[in-house]
Amino acid sequence: MSEYEKMGLKVGLEIHQQINTSHKLFCECPTTMDEESQGELERYLRPVASELGQIDVAAFFEWEKGKKVVYEVPRRSSCLVECDEEPPHPMNLDAIKLGLAMTLAFNGEPLDEIFVMRKTVIDGSNTSGFQRTAIVGLGGYIKDADGVITIQTIAIEEDAARKLEETPTSVKYNLDRLGIPLIEISTGPDIRSPEQAKRVALLIGQMLRLTGKVKRGLGTIRQDLNVSIVGGVKTEIKGVQDLDMIPKIIENEANRQRELLRIRDELRARITREDFIKKVVEKDLTELFTSSRSRLIQSELKKGGKVLGLLAPGFKGLLGRQVMPGRRFGTEVSDYVKALAGLGGIFHSDELPNYGIVEEEVQRVAKELGVGELDAFILVVGPEEKVKKAIQVIKERLSQAFEGVPKETRAANEDGTSKFMRPQPGSARMYPETDIPSILSRELLEDAKKMVPPTPEQKLKELMKMGLNEELAKQVLNSPRLDQFEYLTRKYVNVSPTVIATTLENTLKYVKSQGGNIDKISDGDIEAVIASVSQGKITKDSIPQILLEYSAPNSNVGIKSVISRYTGISEEELINLIKEIVAQNSEEVKSKGEKAFSLLMGKVMERVRGRAEGKKVAELIRKVMKDETG
Amino acid sequence: MLEGYRGKALELLSSLGAEIGDVLQVYNDKVSVRGILMPSYSRDDSVIVLKLDNGYNAGFSVNKVKVSLLEKGNRPQERSEHRELLPGKVKIISTGGTIVSKVEYETGAVRPALSTEEIIRFVPEIQEITSISAEILFSILSENMKPEFWVKIAEAVKRAFDEGSEGVVVAHGTDTMSYTAAALAFSIQRLPGPVVLVGSQRSSDRPSSDSGINLVSSVLLAKEAPFGEVVVNMHGESSDTYTLAHRGVKVRKMHTSRRDAFQSINDHPLAKVLWKERTVKVLRNDYLRRSDGVELNPKFENRVFLLKFYPGLKPDIVDILMSSGYRGIIVEGTGLGHTSSDFQEVFKRVVKEGVFVGMTSQCLFGRVNMNVYQTGRLLQQSGVVPLGDMLPEVALVKLMWALGQTSDLDEVKRIMLTNLVGEFNPRHSLDHFPRWKHE
Repeated sequence: MSEYEKMGLKVGLEIHQQINTSHKLFCECPTTMDEESQGELERYLRPVASELGQIDVAAFFEWEKGKKVVYEVPRRSSCLVECDEEPPHPMNLDAIKLGLAMTLAFNGEPLDEIFVMRKTVIDGSNTSGFQRTAIVGLGGYIKDADGVITIQTIAIEEDAARKLEETPTSVKYNLDRLGIPLIEISTGPDIRSPEQAKRVALLIGQMLRLTGKVKRGLGTIRQDLNVSIVGGVKTEIKGVQDLDMIPKIIENEANRQRELLRIRDELRARITREDFIKKVVEKDLTELFTSSRSRLIQSELKKGGKVLGLLAPGFKGLLGRQVMPGRRFGTEVSDYVKALAGLGGIFHSDELPNYGIVEEEVQRVAKELGVGELDAFILVVGPEEKVKKAIQVIKERLSQAFEGVPKETRAANEDGTSKFMRPQPGSARMYPETDIPSILSRELLEDAKKMVPPTPEQKLKELMKMGLNEELAKQVLNSPRLDQFEYLTRKYVNVSPTVIATTLENTLKYVKSQGGNIDKISDGDIEAVIASVSQGKITKDSIPQILLEYSAPNSNVGIKSVISRYTGISEEELINLIKEIVAQNSEEVKSKGEKAFSLLMGKVMERVRGRAEGKKVAELIRKVMKDETG
Repeated sequence: MLEGYRGKALELLSSLGAEIGDVLQVYNDKVSVRGILMPSYSRDDSVIVLKLDNGYNAGFSVNKVKVSLLEKGNRPQERSEHRELLPGKVKIISTGGTIVSKVEYETGAVRPALSTEEIIRFVPEIQEITSISAEILFSILSENMKPEFWVKIAEAVKRAFDEGSEGVVVAHGTDTMSYTAAALAFSIQRLPGPVVLVGSQRSSDRPSSDSGINLVSSVLLAKEAPFGEVVVNMHGESSDTYTLAHRGVKVRKMHTSRRDAFQSINDHPLAKVLWKERTVKVLRNDYLRRSDGVELNPKFENRVFLLKFYPGLKPDIVDILMSSGYRGIIVEGTGLGHTSSDFQEVFKRVVKEGVFVGMTSQCLFGRVNMNVYQTGRLLQQSGVVPLGDMLPEVALVKLMWALGQTSDLDEVKRIMLTNLVGEFNPRHSLDHFPRWKHE
């Protein structure tokens, strides 16, 4: 039994993938990013009650009263619908069909009637204040080496606006991404190990790519993880962009829950929750710090701020306990203060003296608060209103420690850790989108069936039938550029699929290894190169050179002019060139005879590399030599 | 109650004894889920709609799944209605529309708010501005508005001022708001304070609704504006930055859906309200001052027609109107105020019979001038009265009101040509016409 099985690890995945439709989910705007702004809008959102009369806790939490939301309005990729100035247009049925196709691929059950819902989101990322989303299918499964993973729901929803910047009083978004269709696939909590989670994510990602209907590139696929261990609670971790980080994030979360449970047990051995609540003390300690050497404290006091202290009975040593690499239980408390009270953080006794706070001050605080042998204290510094709020937040979070793991939504950090984001939303977050009529799925199922992706095994066979060797076929199968391969092979039928596959899978890697900037090479650039091969303008051998030259760090030449340098030369020109070189080296040719071939070959290729194929050059050199020597 | 269900689904649900709000289980060999039974707004009579635990609504055909009743639900209690009786400094009269609407649990549809508390609970900030009282006069969609409702609103406005309110806010659907504004402006010419019509272009059940800001600004305007006029106060631009108070007889809804759909036509707004700063910035000084009393005269003649001329329109329509008893026609003519010359004859005849015929322009911007072309001169000879820069809808409402006052055609003509509440603007400057960006 592995370590994680012993912990009772359960993981579910939510995979969000942008769909490559010709237009957005609820309007006719293209699904492309667009930086050209035609102005800005300024808006304010407020929470509203759902159809059941409740205001959702997560939605209310996100709401920062008076927070200004600014939208950059792109000229090409947004219209009045994204601006929330026009009702949504009828739903893009291509997106629904893909959702139904995936449902069928998982052997799940398409919903008979599909209803668009509004999911309240009031951080400003949706101009309307809600995200439109609809479940299209339920159930189904996929097979993993370690067992069957159930699929819970398949939903189609709109992507949110792209966040540009955030300050304490405002947040700014670009509207280009808002409304791009997403497919959301949620698995059951059937995953039992961190590595299995990554495998399942890869498998679902591959199935999506095999439809040929999804976008690729940074930010087009996003994973959320639901993680729990025995005794813990299901914690949502949002926004994992890098598949390779999945195992680490899960490990860290499982360990965090285990540490929180250990902290709970130690606490309970020291003090009951009731006693904690009775004994906890808060005090204004501003006086103690009027001449503090801490820069932070000094600057806050100058602005009229306060220092509040909190006695945390029974917490000695626990605030400093590591729960994740580089993150202590104190950090967890601090995150709540940042998110809920808008303060920069806290100081706690397990880390003091430090940060300019000296031993003498620590002693005075301990005395003032009456800190006992097993107790800890926490200091907060800042404007009076905020520090008061912070003390309430801290008390609440510390008393949750007696229960173990609080229910929360966390945000993934780049290093594989995560931090508190907001409480988990409930079903009060959802209410019906009355502007969109419901959709009967039976009218779409015929089309959907045609979009069901082949299995990886079927696809591999297909690729090999096209002439790819097994290794290359596997590379293409697992590649994010699978759709590009299909597009190019369909469009340029006289170019060997092997050439296209090699270009996409190996040449780009080679160019990168040689210092080329492959981010500069767009799909259009690659297509231009393949098109030139197709038209016979260049040879396949010149592809690496062209891409390397085009993507060189200092190059700013267009792809067409690079290609033109490699445009093939005619046989006549080639023969003349060979004759010229033979003449220049006539002595060598005379003395060495046939053995001069490799010398000539080298010299000729130096002049025509990329413009003529080596095989052809060799053939012509032999012919010229034969003619010359008779 | 199984609202909206019919056919097979109704049959099955009835046999289970299920009601809206009950928890049901649906299952077949592939899925098994539970959810709360929602009212059906389905297109298919075999489909039942459940709200799943995750909040999503989903439709299942009873042809494909089995259904069982798990538990009876708790139906949400309707809050008891309680009307505030104390007169406030600002009175909110609600007539319906999306400004104070909420999502209905029953149908998922948007319905108007039902009580004063609901209005105040929706925007509690308005109580920080001044004391508020509210009256739910009726709850109708603005497209169902009729002149008899204008009378009721006018009477409610008078009542509010009589009770001591300093200003009145009328919550109204946006579709016909400018008609009601004109009707109130003509029927209550002496006003001790502003009458602010307000609506919303995004219903109040969504977080991005404009109703909160519009309502807060309107209360502020009703309390602080120095004028005694009927105005329409709505978003000034797409951003949530300020609202504009447009003179009620010079305003028009110019966009189907934008927040800033309402615009002053041939006129400038009277005031700008900065909701964040809580200030009213008066933009003009030629407004009607607050008077020391209210004078109400809400009589309207319904038999008035707004005739939009178009190429090919036949003059017999005018005879049909007259024989149906219509007493006035506002023509929305082309350009400077024209119809085809085929109409000269028939207009001459009906005017002789005592029907008032007034001319406005379908251009909306600019004024009619029936002296420039021969057609206009001949139409005037037929008795058609040019109505300057009055908006067609405003002229229509004014004519209804004028014919409600008198049946003497000369007197009607005098009323129609008198600038009563700013419905004529004799001076148009270059900036009275918006320019659309083209490059």
